[in-house]
Amino acid sequence: MPRLSADARHTVRFTLNGRVVEGEAEPRMQLSDFLRHVIGATGTHVGCEHGVCGACTVEVDGMLTRSCLTLALQVEGASIRTVEGLAPAPDRLSVLQAAFRRHHALQCGFCTAGILMSLDAFLKTTPDPDEDAVRDLISGHVCRCTGYTPIVQAALEAAAELKAIQEETAHA
Amino acid sequence: MKPAKFDFVRADTLDEALGVLANEGTDARIIAGGMSFMAMLNMRLARPKVLVDIMRLKGLARIDIGKDVTVSAGIRQAQLLAHPELPRVLPLVSKGLPFTGHVQTRARGTVCGSIAHADPSAELPLCLIALKGQVHLRTARKTRKVPAEEFFTGMMATAKADDEMIEAISFPAAKGEGTAFSEIARRHGDFAIVACAAVATEKSIRFAVGGVADVPTARDFPLLEGSALDDALNTLAWELDARDDVHASARYRRELVRRIGRSTIEEALRCRA
Repeated sequence: MPRLSADARHTVRFTLNGRVVEGEAEPRMQLSDFLRHVIGATGTHVGCEHGVCGACTVEVDGMLTRSCLTLALQVEGASIRTVEGLAPAPDRLSVLQAAFRRHHALQCGFCTAGILMSLDAFLKTTPDPDEDAVRDLISGHVCRCTGYTPIVQAALEAAAELKAIQEETAHA
Repeated sequence: MKPAKFDFVRADTLDEALGVLANEGTDARIIAGGMSFMAMLNMRLARPKVLVDIMRLKGLARIDIGKDVTVSAGIRQAQLLAHPELPRVLPLVSKGLPFTGHVQTRARGTVCGSIAHADPSAELPLCLIALKGQVHLRTARKTRKVPAEEFFTGMMATAKADDEMIEAISFPAAKGEGTAFSEIARRHGDFAIVACAAVATEKSIRFAVGGVADVPTARDFPLLEGSALDDALNTLAWELDARDDVHASARYRRELVRRIGRSTIEEALRCRA
């Protein structure tokens, strides 16, 4: 049982979007700050730092997580997905991201990384969601620009498109 | 907002975790999912000298269903909510748990962590009190079980000693009671202004309220109807000693206890087996 000292930095290793990354963190460092300041993955945004706004939402071992409510030391050995891992290639958007663009589901973009992570995880387990389910999911996020309606529209359209792609592949 | 400094212990066994609590007492705190406690650390409302992470312990991720339903300390809220037997064995919890936080916090936040946090408006403490559940506490040397009504002692204060950790909580499994849960919050997933839980049998009604007093509070009523039920709820609403705050006035909270209380109790009576 190692006791990691408050005054020292300790090595943390995990898989970030399929790639092993490593850095050093004091015990009190939040995962959100570790991603941004140590790894340099600044796609994850930091808003309220007490779990309310949802901007920093990432996926840890398949579980949606507030990265500001998670310590870097807690994710040693974990598999983490962030917004940088959503696009299939550097010059292409994912189906969900493209739907956000078409529907103007972002304006300033501060909340977008977290909302995309929530919706990406949600659409995998809920391929045919209704509007209520989408609104329940995004109740865990605060967006001050859009009024949420374009986000809901983008999510529903992305769900339909993903379902059509899946059906086509199943019949191919 | 960054936490103050603390040492970090990644406990591999329960004995290791309890050993740190035994040695450091009030300076040590357990962290599990962290979805409530990390906010306290970030705001420096909690400043422990050492934090003990229990999420790598083996054997703490159990849900045992028998006469009681026992949920151990490693079980996350989403895991309990997704358990296929939950609506049958704990219908009240299956109705109340979707109001706890959001999808994004239930995925990591633990059931026992919410009990340890003891927020007076939280849903899981309310369900535990409504169902007369128990909190299983353990130190390095002994274990004890505390009834829910004795466990919550004040706002975010519990009967847990500094060297104890919550090993599990248990609820009596449902035996055909009618249950209902309702809540008023400014937005879904926000802390409840008033949350109500009701459990109805052939002979009595047990009614519990969260978000008003400094602890969730339950009362047992005989099968009351009409104005007798209104009177009982009115008495309870005044006894809870509601306060004005930025979210709602005391008067509004009392009115919610009377109105939401009544509809919650009626729903519980209707859905008895």
